[in-house]
Amino acid sequence: MAKDQSNKLFEPALVKEALKQSFVKLNPRIMLRNPVMFTVEIGTAIMLAVCIWIAGGEKSQGHLGYNVAIFLILLLTVLFANFAEAIAEARGKAQANSLRKTREETPAKWIQAVGDMYVNEMKIVPSSQLKKGDIFLCETGDMIPMDGEIIWGIATIDESAITGESAPVIRESGGDKSSVTGGTKVLSDKIKVRVTTEPGESFLDKMIALVEGASRQKTPNEIALTILLASFTLIFLIVCVTLKPFADYANTPLTVAALVSLYVCLIPTTIGGLLSAIGIAGMDRALRANVITKSGKAVETAGDLDVLLLDKTGTITIGNRKATNFYPANGIDEKLFIETSVLSSLADETPEGKSIVELGKLNPSYFDTNNSTFIKFTAETRSSGMDMADGTKVRKGAFDSIRNMVVKAGNPFPAETEERVRLIASNGGTPLVVSRNNQALGVIELQDIIKPGIQERFERLRKMGVKTVMVTGDNPLTAKFIAEKAGVDDYIAEAKPEDKMNYIKKEQQSGKLVAMMGDGTNDAPALAQADVGVAMNSGTAAAKEAGNMVDLDNDPTKLIEIVEIGKQLLMTRGTLTTFSIANDVAKYFAIVPALFIVSIPGLQSLNIMYLKSAESAILSAVIFNAIIIPILIPLALKGVAYKPIGASALLRRNLLIYGLGGLIAPFIGIKLIDMLLSLFM
Amino acid sequence: MNTEITGIIVTFILTILLAYPLGKYIAKLYSGQKTWLDFMKPVERSIYKFTGINPGQAMNWKEFLKAMLTINMLWLVYAFFMFLYQAHLPLNPDGNPNMTADLSFNTAISFVVNCNLQDYSGESGVTYLTQLFVITFLQFVSAATGIACLIALFNGLKEKTTNNLGNFWQIFTVTITRLLIPLCIVVAILLAFNGSPASFDGKDTITNLQGDTIQVSRGPAAGMIAIKHIGTNGGGWFGANSTHPLENPNYFTNIVEIIAQTLIPIAMIFALGFYIKRKKFAYVIFGVMTLGVLLLLIPTVITEIHGNPLLTKMGITQLTGAMEGKELRFGPAASGYWSILTTVISTGSVNSMHDSSMPLSGLMQMLGMLVNGFYGGCGVGILNYFIYIIIAVFISGLMVGRTPEFMGHKVEAREVKIAALVTLLSAFIIKGGTALAAYYFVNHGDANWAVKPSAWLNNPNYHGFSEMLYQYTSSNANNGSGFEGLADNNPFWNITTGFAMILGRFIPIIGPIAIIGLMANKKYVPESAGTLKVDSITFGMMTFAVIIIVTALSYFPPLVLGPIAEYFSIH
Repeated sequence: MAKDQSNKLFEPALVKEALKQSFVKLNPRIMLRNPVMFTVEIGTAIMLAVCIWIAGGEKSQGHLGYNVAIFLILLLTVLFANFAEAIAEARGKAQANSLRKTREETPAKWIQAVGDMYVNEMKIVPSSQLKKGDIFLCETGDMIPMDGEIIWGIATIDESAITGESAPVIRESGGDKSSVTGGTKVLSDKIKVRVTTEPGESFLDKMIALVEGASRQKTPNEIALTILLASFTLIFLIVCVTLKPFADYANTPLTVAALVSLYVCLIPTTIGGLLSAIGIAGMDRALRANVITKSGKAVETAGDLDVLLLDKTGTITIGNRKATNFYPANGIDEKLFIETSVLSSLADETPEGKSIVELGKLNPSYFDTNNSTFIKFTAETRSSGMDMADGTKVRKGAFDSIRNMVVKAGNPFPAETEERVRLIASNGGTPLVVSRNNQALGVIELQDIIKPGIQERFERLRKMGVKTVMVTGDNPLTAKFIAEKAGVDDYIAEAKPEDKMNYIKKEQQSGKLVAMMGDGTNDAPALAQADVGVAMNSGTAAAKEAGNMVDLDNDPTKLIEIVEIGKQLLMTRGTLTTFSIANDVAKYFAIVPALFIVSIPGLQSLNIMYLKSAESAILSAVIFNAIIIPILIPLALKGVAYKPIGASALLRRNLLIYGLGGLIAPFIGIKLIDMLLSLFM
Repeated sequence: MNTEITGIIVTFILTILLAYPLGKYIAKLYSGQKTWLDFMKPVERSIYKFTGINPGQAMNWKEFLKAMLTINMLWLVYAFFMFLYQAHLPLNPDGNPNMTADLSFNTAISFVVNCNLQDYSGESGVTYLTQLFVITFLQFVSAATGIACLIALFNGLKEKTTNNLGNFWQIFTVTITRLLIPLCIVVAILLAFNGSPASFDGKDTITNLQGDTIQVSRGPAAGMIAIKHIGTNGGGWFGANSTHPLENPNYFTNIVEIIAQTLIPIAMIFALGFYIKRKKFAYVIFGVMTLGVLLLLIPTVITEIHGNPLLTKMGITQLTGAMEGKELRFGPAASGYWSILTTVISTGSVNSMHDSSMPLSGLMQMLGMLVNGFYGGCGVGILNYFIYIIIAVFISGLMVGRTPEFMGHKVEAREVKIAALVTLLSAFIIKGGTALAAYYFVNHGDANWAVKPSAWLNNPNYHGFSEMLYQYTSSNANNGSGFEGLADNNPFWNITTGFAMILGRFIPIIGPIAIIGLMANKKYVPESAGTLKVDSITFGMMTFAVIIIVTALSYFPPLVLGPIAEYFSIH
């Protein structure tokens, strides 16, 4: 399993590309973006000069081979850091490209516009020639050439190229599911689509540009960390510069190689070399979760989220409510009641109706429905059913509408049914009362089915300190019940789009960061207001424009993953910083005694690793410093695992692993390298 | 148990027992609650009236710093000219001379910044007028400045979102009238009754048992000795500081003086808890600081009690421990205890000669000053510690996967930049200064200066290096104690340490106040389960780790070449 993982991390093609880039990135102008590694490059240049100097006959700097070795190791250090960044870029690009590949150069049926009119003439053009605002036509079997919005028609579309989900989806004009993505395929029907993005400006294109570094902005935390690392670098620069007069005082000649090595070992090259790789890998991980982020900052913000707004349907509950129980009134035969219930739902195409038929477990052919009239559900009657050929009228519907009907006909409404209705409602269910010839027979219970495992996910979020809020159109009673059952912290019942907006604003005023997911145009303002707005790929263009992430899978539970990706990103930076700084202790113990052992023999007691000689000690330290970068690349790319065990416990855990580990690991590593070197020296 | 050890344990416990109620009192004082010293209010009102201060005026962090820096600048100019012309001014019964310009520069800065590095000797270098109206005056106001700046930090922490860090003038005034003066009166009386002089007469003449005549300097010293400790200043009336029998007559005064200097720094930690109503946070800070102090203290006391290994090798038993440079009436344990507390706290008064401490003790003393935040000086100790907290918050915030926050305020690039600058500055001053001195000593030993660089050091080799390192460390930490044995009264040392002191004072004050000003202005973020609790032991240990790592990484090489090399050379 582990082997599989690493194979995936370092695909040969990507490694090759990354190796090439490692050298390209040696260009000082590119290196300048990373101050820590830039100074290592300067150190490398100095060592090159020293090597040439010695080759020219200088005697005070030690022998040539040793200096060349230092030079090569420093060069490797820079290359390793470049490689880390390059491999992260290559992986992100490869992932984005695989998405983009699907939409390359497909023929588009372009509908020409004459003024404001669209004539019915089509011209086949390559997709790359389509501009924003152009209209094209797609018919059964066509590949959709560009991202766009359906302006006319309805079609079933296979989006598996993007989401990996093989079930076709329905997209139609006008509603909240009007968006289509380039590279997906129309399976049936015909649609006209307006292009919504300029070529090269789709979300994927933006994402690729972000990964490539051209438009990659450092995120706020990255900037703050860079400042801290730069100041550590400066402190160590002071350490090394002042060491020269100190050594002169102690009558100890210091070689340039020793000073440069000490400097490079001390400055936080490990985190400095991996910093940008970590950031890219964060966006890449989001992309692997099929989420396109518009900026690195959005991923980082996701880690800080305090409140998640989740739609009930699809996120917390499975789709629609289902019939779960039949409750016949006293004295009513259960079989008759179930039969009547099923009969009333036979013509009902709604998922609720179907679930009643399912629950009744009766074969539809069991009923004779010839010459029967189906009565459709209307907002006025709030009931539906069937008038049978023999004159029997079966109805099912909302409690009060059926009761009115029953009472009007002069029949009593059974008290126990009324009681049952109340009980069902207070348990978060929906009661449907069934009548036969204006006589109430009983009540069917419909319940929301809460997704299995969702409680655990909310519990996990709670431990992370994230509050979950369920948004639903249900009445407060039902909403409260489901909220409690699913374990969300709060709910907005009978929610209108502006309620979401107000809730977000209220939470933000008290300083919290809020995320929401939405698809409709009327969600757009709230998506824009939220700190992290995730638009569904199936949603309208307005929604996608307003949010700062787009979820290709249209999966509402994705928010939970996004939070973890954000936290992982920050944690990876924090832990590697700690590791890098903690490493310095061992390096001091390797190098400082080595520098002064000749003039101050007493310092042999500080050589607690018993390194063989001064030169082997320095070499071991710089070698360890260099190879720790590639060793940690997999961790940087995969991210440090997040465990929702509370902040203090998490800090203890990470301090133990990366702080104490960072303290001890180099002692072992340097000693091993020294033993290895002593075989050759 | 050894009586000497019992002595220091009792002293330490007594200090905490006194500091706790004082902390409560301090919290009440600055939050405007009723205190039993409210009878000083009319005095304060007349000061406000006379100076035209509006004590209710709110100040943001910039206004606060402006007020603080302006008045400090004024005192600096005043002190400089007073020292320069003191011979011609009254109250000079011993006829002491004017200071040279460079010494005056150094001394004026030294007392304005609460450092009290003394490149002069009290008996011959200053007059009663400058002792009282410049030095003692500055000892009060510099301590009050530090405390006032800390209260500004408290104010920023107390409110969820605020612009107002309090009024500098008002905080400063009540600090003097209702905190420093009352405490000093108590201490001064205790000292005067135990033999510290409080007289305006000049030198006295006594005849000793051998029949020799000795000139003994006197003066109104008791009051100054009180504030030098209460205000963590450390500058003594006499050149020998608290080793002098008139400045520190007996073991009892020794306890009084050591408690006096530790009292406000510890009380301020408790005050923080009461004032911002986060007692647990204060206890964690107290715990971390105490742990730090103990880790410095225990090895020091043990080494000093065990005596000098070189003497042991020569077969000499040292039942009383390492006694060179120590007073017989205090002994090695009490001297070791004092030497660590006076260095972790930025007092810098001495009751033994640190130059004669064992190398390990010298290392511990320097580490105390390099950290400068284990208790620390009046007010500034916690300000220094705050910088470590910011760095710890930042790193640990990232480690738990959340943008770092401290008490509901995000710690972002600007705050990190300031904290990093402050940390960087100490490293630059201490190592830069020592490197410069070492450079001149090695390469320009014969320079035709007032004192040749080659003649600076009494003890060349490792110990000489420690002397130079100690001098800059002490200046930067505003400690003021010296590894004597360094010829420091000459332009090179007066000027370079002068700059070290002034930068080492104001940058670490401006930094934290700017940070709290910026943070308090930000939107308040309520705590959640994902927020790192800063009042937890875990976070306390994180801060401790940051302090140890930052200090060790910054100063390991010079410490190796100084005290550590010396340690290995005699063991």
